[in-house]
Amino acid sequence: MSVLVYAETENGTFRKNAFEVASYASQLAASLGVEAVAVAINADHPEALGAYGIGRVLQVSEDRLKTFNARATAAVLKQAVSQAGARIVVTSSSTDAKYAASILAGLLKAGYVNNVVSLPEPGESLVVRRTAFSNKAFAYTELLGDVSIIGVSNNAFGVVENPVNAAAEAFAPALADADFGVKPVSVDKASDKVTIADAEIVVSGGRGLKGPENWGMIEELAGVLGAATACSKPVSDLGWRPHSEHVGQTGKPVASNLYIAIGISGAIQHLAGVNASKTKVVINTDPEAPFFKAADYGVVGDAFQVVPELIEKLKEFKAQNG
Amino acid sequence: MKILVCISNVPDTTSKINFTADQTAFDTTGVQYVINPNDEFGLTRAMWMKEKQGALVHVATVGGPAVEPTLRKALAIGADEGIRIDAEPTDGLFVARQLAEVVKNGGYDLVIAGRESIDYNGGMVPGMMAAMLEMNFVNTCISLEVDGDKATAIREIDGGRETLETRLPLIIGGQKGLVEESDLRIPNMRGIMMARQKKLTVVPALDAAHGSRDLRFEKPAPRGPVKLVDADNLDELIELLHKEAKVI
Ligand SMILES: Cc1cc2nc3c(=O)[nH]c(=O)nc-3n(C[C@H](O)[C@H](O)[C@H](O)COP(=O)(O)OP(=O)(O)OC[C@H]3O[C@@H](n4cnc5c(N)ncnc54)[C@H](O)[C@@H]3O)c2cc1C
Ligand SMILES: Nc1ncnc2c1ncn2[C@@H]1O[C@H](COP(=O)(O)O)[C@@H](O)[C@H]1O
Repeated sequence: MSVLVYAETENGTFRKNAFEVASYASQLAASLGVEAVAVAINADHPEALGAYGIGRVLQVSEDRLKTFNARATAAVLKQAVSQAGARIVVTSSSTDAKYAASILAGLLKAGYVNNVVSLPEPGESLVVRRTAFSNKAFAYTELLGDVSIIGVSNNAFGVVENPVNAAAEAFAPALADADFGVKPVSVDKASDKVTIADAEIVVSGGRGLKGPENWGMIEELAGVLGAATACSKPVSDLGWRPHSEHVGQTGKPVASNLYIAIGISGAIQHLAGVNASKTKVVINTDPEAPFFKAADYGVVGDAFQVVPELIEKLKEFKAQNG
Repeated sequence: MKILVCISNVPDTTSKINFTADQTAFDTTGVQYVINPNDEFGLTRAMWMKEKQGALVHVATVGGPAVEPTLRKALAIGADEGIRIDAEPTDGLFVARQLAEVVKNGGYDLVIAGRESIDYNGGMVPGMMAAMLEMNFVNTCISLEVDGDKATAIREIDGGRETLETRLPLIIGGQKGLVEESDLRIPNMRGIMMARQKKLTVVPALDAAHGSRDLRFEKPAPRGPVKLVDADNLDELIELLHKEAKVI
């Protein structure tokens, strides 16, 4: 019996969420008194997971997985579950992890819950707390069956250092041609930008910014904070920003530490997608904007004045605080 | 081409979320149900395939009799036939197994489901179905073109998009982008009249395993009032974010 964790990589390096799910898995394994085992695909330094309490890494080297492939990843994980005798699989809530985990759940006939925000409650059965109803509520969900999959909500648990020695062992699962039935052709992605899924801080703009030409200051603010940029739905519908930046109930979920909403009214469908963020700041000219009721800090003011000034002040702050 | 659109029946996006007094179930009092938005985009995409490529479009929902108005709405929008699998949709694994059976028996070439249901946010049914049926699967799908048995899809990835090629039979987990908001259709009178005549088959559920069970629900703790900072005093905001919230 063990807890297996899928530690995602990109170009040989672990993604930030890999360390968070590794931390979660090693604490879960410790509480159950079992081993935490990671699966790492094409990782240059699998032993890096040792810093987060993972003592054993199944290291997969597979050229066909240099680009992500969900079904093949699910096939790898399924075989790793047998290899490690795992009863619980832990994954992140990244787009890729959710994609692969849903297939894995079908292959294993396993219960799967995502958006999980805490470790299971102590007890006989496996009960986790997760967000549901688009962040408007929490559900306590019991996982049934022989194997269960827990998808940890981004930033919900945090990265917890707990250094141990990680032993990497080569693991060569069998993959069939059918596992590669969906073929990646091309990727369109800004490689130098923080993604919403990985970001600790997200700077988001709404229709109050009037037009795409005004996004320079949003990008700059994000740059100063090392943040990802996001937007409200109408902004992506109007083509001011790419669809991948649309957040909310019908867009991407945001679970950052800090969410800064600029010129966004705070419609219920928008809030549904961003309420999981820990601290929310609103900048809006209208003191009656509903977002003020959902925010921690607010500035009633014109974005075109507030944002440039905030950028300058943050630069000074960063210069002093490193 | 034979298409199945899987429709999840969900509370309207503006619904207030409340639970029964013992916190064990969603309180449906006064709640309007709608076609899950992610599925509505997929249904509209299927309508285009019906109109341009002569596809036959069926819609299926796992649920009790109360979901029939939602299925009728899908028929009024233009789907040819409806299937209701008569069982409470308690969890994703159970629902996926029911739908997989419909897919297997119906010989569908393309199954359009949504990325997630906006109520329980499972995000699992289409992937589970794909695994059970050993079908190709594209999740978070924002564009789909089918030509013969070849399909080109675009999926949303964190920070961008990825173009994929695959073959039918195929399952997608769709979302906005498959069609735009402005392309969505409101059923007209004629559609509503015609929907009444369309076939809506009720099939009994299979005995299938459950993967999870929601034991109880809880609403987030009410938050304190927003702290307003003067627009002329942004240093205070930075101070609060640094010292109080500790996020910068
Ligand atoms: C089924 C459904 C699903 C939806 N899903 C989503 C979703 O996932 N995500 C989403 O975002 N929306 C979603 N919506 C849309 C949502 O209802 C709102 O229409 C949308 O969020 C509004 O976007 P906005 O706040 O950018 O624009 P607006 O509502 O137009 O608000 C603009 C705000 O900017 C402020 N403003 C104007 N000028 C300035 C200035 N100079 N400086 C500062 N502030 C200024 C205004 O006071 C106003 O509050 C959905 C709607 C439906 C029906
Ligand atoms: N009860 C159901 N009946 C039919 N389809 C469903 C049902 N539940 C989920 N689905 C489909 O699966 C998708 C993802 O749902 P979920 O896994 O519940 O988030 C939905 O968008 C639907 O297409």
